[in-house]
Amino acid sequence: MYKYDQYDQAMVDARVEEFRDQARRRLEGKLTEDQFKPLRLMNGLYLQLHAYMLRVAIPYGTLNSRQMEALADIAEKYDRGYGHFTTRQNIQYNWIKLEDAADILADLATVEMHAIQTSGNCIRNISADHFAGAAADEIIDPRPYAELMRQWSSFHPEFTYLPRKFKIAVIGSETDRAAMRLHDIGIRIVRRASDSGAEVGAQFFAGGGMGRTPMIAPLIRDFVPLDQLITYAEACLRVYNRYGRRDNKYKARIKILVHELGAAEYTRQVEEEFAHMLSVGVEPPHEELARIAEYFAPPAFVDGPKTLDRSDPDFALWVDRNTHRHKHDAYVSAVISLKPAGGIPGDATADQMRLMARLAKQYSFDELRVMHTQNVLLPHVRIADLHAVWTALEEAGLGSPNMDTIEDIIACPGLDYCSLANARSIPLAQRISERFAQSGRTEIVGELKLKISGCINACGHHHAGHIGILGVDKKGTENYQLSLGGSEAEDVSLAKITGPGFDEDGVIAAVEKVTDVYLAARADGERFLDTYRRIGMEPFKEALYGA
Amino acid sequence: MKILTGNDLRSGAVTWWNGTGWSLFVDDAVDVGDDAEEILAREEAARRVNVPYAIEATIDAGGHVRPAHIKDRVRALGPTVRRDLAVPTADKTGWDWVI
Amino acid sequence: MAHNLGTSPDEVQFRFRDDEPVDHGTVTVDSALEQTNANAVRIEPGDDARLLLPFLDRLALVEVNFPSFGDGRGYSAARILREAGYAGELRAVGQVLIDQLSHMRRCGFDSFAPDKRLDEEDALRAFATWENVYQRAADRRATIADKRHEA
Ligand code: HEM
Ligand code: SF4
Repeated sequence: MYKYDQYDQAMVDARVEEFRDQARRRLEGKLTEDQFKPLRLMNGLYLQLHAYMLRVAIPYGTLNSRQMEALADIAEKYDRGYGHFTTRQNIQYNWIKLEDAADILADLATVEMHAIQTSGNCIRNISADHFAGAAADEIIDPRPYAELMRQWSSFHPEFTYLPRKFKIAVIGSETDRAAMRLHDIGIRIVRRASDSGAEVGAQFFAGGGMGRTPMIAPLIRDFVPLDQLITYAEACLRVYNRYGRRDNKYKARIKILVHELGAAEYTRQVEEEFAHMLSVGVEPPHEELARIAEYFAPPAFVDGPKTLDRSDPDFALWVDRNTHRHKHDAYVSAVISLKPAGGIPGDATADQMRLMARLAKQYSFDELRVMHTQNVLLPHVRIADLHAVWTALEEAGLGSPNMDTIEDIIACPGLDYCSLANARSIPLAQRISERFAQSGRTEIVGELKLKISGCINACGHHHAGHIGILGVDKKGTENYQLSLGGSEAEDVSLAKITGPGFDEDGVIAAVEKVTDVYLAARADGERFLDTYRRIGMEPFKEALYGA
Repeated sequence: MKILTGNDLRSGAVTWWNGTGWSLFVDDAVDVGDDAEEILAREEAARRVNVPYAIEATIDAGGHVRPAHIKDRVRALGPTVRRDLAVPTADKTGWDWVI
Repeated sequence: MAHNLGTSPDEVQFRFRDDEPVDHGTVTVDSALEQTNANAVRIEPGDDARLLLPFLDRLALVEVNFPSFGDGRGYSAARILREAGYAGELRAVGQVLIDQLSHMRRCGFDSFAPDKRLDEEDALRAFATWENVYQRAADRRATIADKRHEA
């Protein structure tokens, strides 16, 4: 894992003091709320439905046990004993006081954490494949590049008042586990043949996003050499900062610019700026990447048993569902589900955080990952230790065997917490997961990604759900639109709306109906998404709305 | 009737205008009639409340203040999915009126 | 003469240069392109700073207007001018607030004429916020990465 040196530490410490001063000026009335808002947002502090909400960055989702314990302490000391893990690998606290915020940031700084740029119209926390450094199919660990970009994007003098927020994701395998092409910039680190053997570089995609006009990012450059990575990113951002729309907040994301200009024209402008930037020299020295990469060297894996005792069926089910193939065959990555049937997706109590921290220390080289699916991962667990890990998780209510099933729902905070919401998301997730768990249909249905957003901002990724649910306002009551066929993986696609919306009971029944259609129609080995792609929308519509 | 709500600047807590100050309890909210703009401007400038706004509300048969919009009803009591964290009101009618 | 635009030297609250300030107003980018003798120009957020590049050596003052502090196009304009070698005064005007000062400075601004005067103490603290920096920018400060790897 990356470790701060004195410079990184000084930067976050300076930021804490800067924010303390800003908060003081706000409380003294030297700043109006309009002036203070972008400043607090750039430190992750929102004003939400019930209180201030603080979003803490977990860069590329990686953290150690000490950091997880600090998150638990903050939940207890300043909040109400819990936190909410988000789809962008952050954690949010819902009950924060402005007068405590600087102290919380100071506490975070003691464990090399911060809330810098977790909101605001700036470059946000950079996310990455949560299986980075662990997955068997990984070509290159994306985290060193993500860390390089974290430093470059922190307090960037030119790009702090962009037209709109800017999100970057980095992956290093064919499989996309970070919704890379639904980001403002998506980067895939790739290897290509060259005269001197293999050369590593970055593929750039630009102009993806969700929200009210979802778009899949087109490829804008197939290969950026590693010693020009920052320069190229800088060129992408400069073109956006200069020409992204500022007349309409809903058209201000880079996806609209790329769409209106066309990918080819945007690319041309970026290339021109890039050529200029190369002459200016903004790239960090190349040794810097090597320095960072050292921190991500693989831990000292040891050989061990590759099989396990499957005589306990509950354990065997959890292993099948919640573990993921590792680079080293004596290890797996183990998913800690924050989706107990009937629970709140992504919420964890302080005690649960501490347990996860302990398990990481004991069994996973002191490392945890926050997954974009709102779960937590132990990236490197010896197969020999799996039973012990599972037993501890079971006892803490964290052992649900439901990764990638219909119970593994992504849900935004919705109307229970969010001031922008039209409808609640969490109760739907609770009722659907409970119903499928009780009827035993979760296992029968298999992989099915259900995603719920409480409004068109799409924080719950509903456009990218195999099944998506969007909360809408219907004359002051909650109403839900159903959509089918989205995916955020390498087979990326945007979901299509089925038709008229439903009330809460109606949409839950509708989810059951579409899974019925799937079960009746599926061919061997097909996931819900595959069947939908093969048979199309009609049979589903028929079941939902037909006479 | 028209009532005023906002958040406390320091704590962020949801508050309601009770005629002389800001209360944590929606039942204390009073009808401000045509004075909304004036009170909002004055109170926000004095930093006794943050981003306040006026909303419609009614008083039910039991004398309880019920905001018209679902969002403000959720604000009045707390997240419907964490009833253990509800604002501790004297109103014993439960959650039925929120959603 | 369209010299009625812009801020006067009296309105400049912070200036990090020793030369004499230009004692007259600025012209728009459009007029500057037409008038071969204009030496002071004002850039609005929608203007393309690159149009000025052919005339940089005759310019002594460029004002970059921030009608709203949230519109960050002026930061790019400033850097573009400095990257092209502009050495005259680069003045941030308009809604210039405490918390934007350090970034503006890094983008190459060397004078500041906020439309509302800033608290001196708060502003001086703001200019000094970052003892070190991560990015290469117009101020040409050695970055943290440079320092980490200097021989
Ligand atoms: C409760 C406070 C929140 C607020 C006020 C909020 C606000 C917003 C807004 C306004 C957008 C739309 C941006 C645009 O299209 O320009 C957005 C997008 C998004 N939010 Fe949130 N959000 C909140 C919480 C969350 C949470 C908890 C998550 C993660 C679970 C999240 C993840 C996202 C994601 C992934 C997008 C991306 C969509 C895109 O790229 O267009 N947000 N959010
Ligand atoms: S999708 Fe809408 S309701 Fe849900 S968190 Fe985002 S802004 Fe709030």
